[in-house]
Amino acid sequence: MGTKKEQPPTLVGIVQSSDYCFGDAPEDALQLDCGRSLRGVNIRYETYGTLNADKSNAILVEHALTGDAHLAGFHSNTDRKPGWWDAQVGPGRPFDTDKYFIICSNILGGCSGSTGPSSIDPATGEPYRMNFPVITIADMVRAQKRLIDHLGIKKLLCVVGGSMGGMLACQWPILYPETVGSVAAIATAIQITAQSIAFNWVGREAIMADPGWNHGNYTEQPEKGLAIARMLAHITYLSDESMSNKFGRALQSTTDYSFNFGSDFRVESYLNHQGNSFVERFDANSYLYITRAIDYFDVSVKTNGDFRKAFEPVKCPFLVVSFSSDWLFPEYQSRTLTEILLENGNDVTFCNIQSGYGHDAFLLEYETLGKLMSGFLTNIEPEVKP
Amino acid sequence: MTMGMKIDDANALVARSDLSAIAEMIPMDAKILDLGCGSGRLLKALKTLRHAKVMGVERNQDKIIECVQRGVPVVQADLNEQLTEFPDHSYDYVILSRTLQTVKRPDKLLNEMMRIGNHGIISFMNFGQIEARLQLFFGGHMPVTKSLPLKWYETENIHPGTIKDLRNLFRSLDIKVLKEMPIAQQGDLFKLLIPLSSSLFASNCIFVISK
Repeated sequence: MGTKKEQPPTLVGIVQSSDYCFGDAPEDALQLDCGRSLRGVNIRYETYGTLNADKSNAILVEHALTGDAHLAGFHSNTDRKPGWWDAQVGPGRPFDTDKYFIICSNILGGCSGSTGPSSIDPATGEPYRMNFPVITIADMVRAQKRLIDHLGIKKLLCVVGGSMGGMLACQWPILYPETVGSVAAIATAIQITAQSIAFNWVGREAIMADPGWNHGNYTEQPEKGLAIARMLAHITYLSDESMSNKFGRALQSTTDYSFNFGSDFRVESYLNHQGNSFVERFDANSYLYITRAIDYFDVSVKTNGDFRKAFEPVKCPFLVVSFSSDWLFPEYQSRTLTEILLENGNDVTFCNIQSGYGHDAFLLEYETLGKLMSGFLTNIEPEVKP
Repeated sequence: MTMGMKIDDANALVARSDLSAIAEMIPMDAKILDLGCGSGRLLKALKTLRHAKVMGVERNQDKIIECVQRGVPVVQADLNEQLTEFPDHSYDYVILSRTLQTVKRPDKLLNEMMRIGNHGIISFMNFGQIEARLQLFFGGHMPVTKSLPLKWYETENIHPGTIKDLRNLFRSLDIKVLKEMPIAQQGDLFKLLIPLSSSLFASNCIFVISK
């Protein structure tokens, strides 16, 4: 455990993204928790498999903080890496494309096709930047609901998500109990801890302290700040065990210490690489907005801190999964959710998967997690018509 | 498909006579919690045959996966800890099958069962059965029998007790015994003598309890 884990080959092939745009008219605008509303909202999404005649085989998959709609397969023959959860998608896999219609959409506030801080504000013709409203996880779900309505789906077989995606998955049935058939909440929580808020804070501070950030009005990314934010966050996705196994105290290229402050250790150079490649694909302002939404996430906001009351309308079955070495979303948070669901009378399965991979285990332990998810999905609706 | 499943579940029960006896005690549509549910066979049978609303508790990850594949909801937990996830009197029956002797504090687990369920069903392995007594008396070693196949140092049965011990424990915890049903395993030598004395001749006994 803890070394590089090979992913199985993709079964999906070439896929295309789609866009759904709404809210051009004022009455169609997306109303947000902060009191503002958004017009001209675009949601980028991808689908896999075929929607059946009665539209009853749809599964919505939610991505994590820096994920996107590209769940599986390749966009072109030159892509080096498949989508972010490719190992779970395809014929015979948990998200079985022979049986299910799988939807994955980029969240509101993101920077991979859906409306976010880098999008053009229709009111000014300029990018929103820091004029983008502060959004919540519930706002992201409301935007997705528009997409689901647009696709003509009355009820989702399951909403599945890991990490921040699990927050969206938990928020879904609270906002739309009739639309959600089941939930798989993986390596997640119904509110984050002070420790996680603290990490998000430091990440944002790093971005905003970079002179290149310029109050959000940058033309070139604030590279240093964003890379530091990513490096910091990346550490929280690993574990002592996985870092020890992957890097130990190995040196990168020298055989001895250089006696300067360059990246002697392999772990340092790895983090540098993670930071630098992140800058190429992720917008700094999006990072600020999405981490804020994670901080604010609390399903009990509307019920004055009463979680049990928040889940009262939710009757669907849940699969709750945590990972033993995940210290960003520790097991006890999943147990808390399980306890609330049991008290609420839901069918719930909870498993704390043994893994040394830390929070990243939700992507890496695809075999064990896959068995749980496919067993869960199969029994939600044993008679799904493809 | 459905028919096949029923036969499979029924067969799984026949293999363990205590499980089929438990299944027969459960009324239709009851809420059942099985502590140490293993791969969920009993619960699946109760779901199919008794239309029960079922929930399992299991520690082992592979067994949890089997439960999920069977469509049996299950929560990973350690029976040595308090089962705080489960609210008071949230189940009609809490089942504990051949597990009481493996936990650190059987008395505390019995209290948890009585907190969570209106009734408890315990399938109890009788360490005072005559074969065990004879081995201990004449052989001078801890018994190794068909139903207790492991040696004293490797067995998970850290609290072996007799039917008499369990009756005494129930009394001291103010737990009422509603039903006591001695069970013989297939191939038990002393099957026919059970009516004379269950604590001497039954290798297994089912108790239905309540507070």
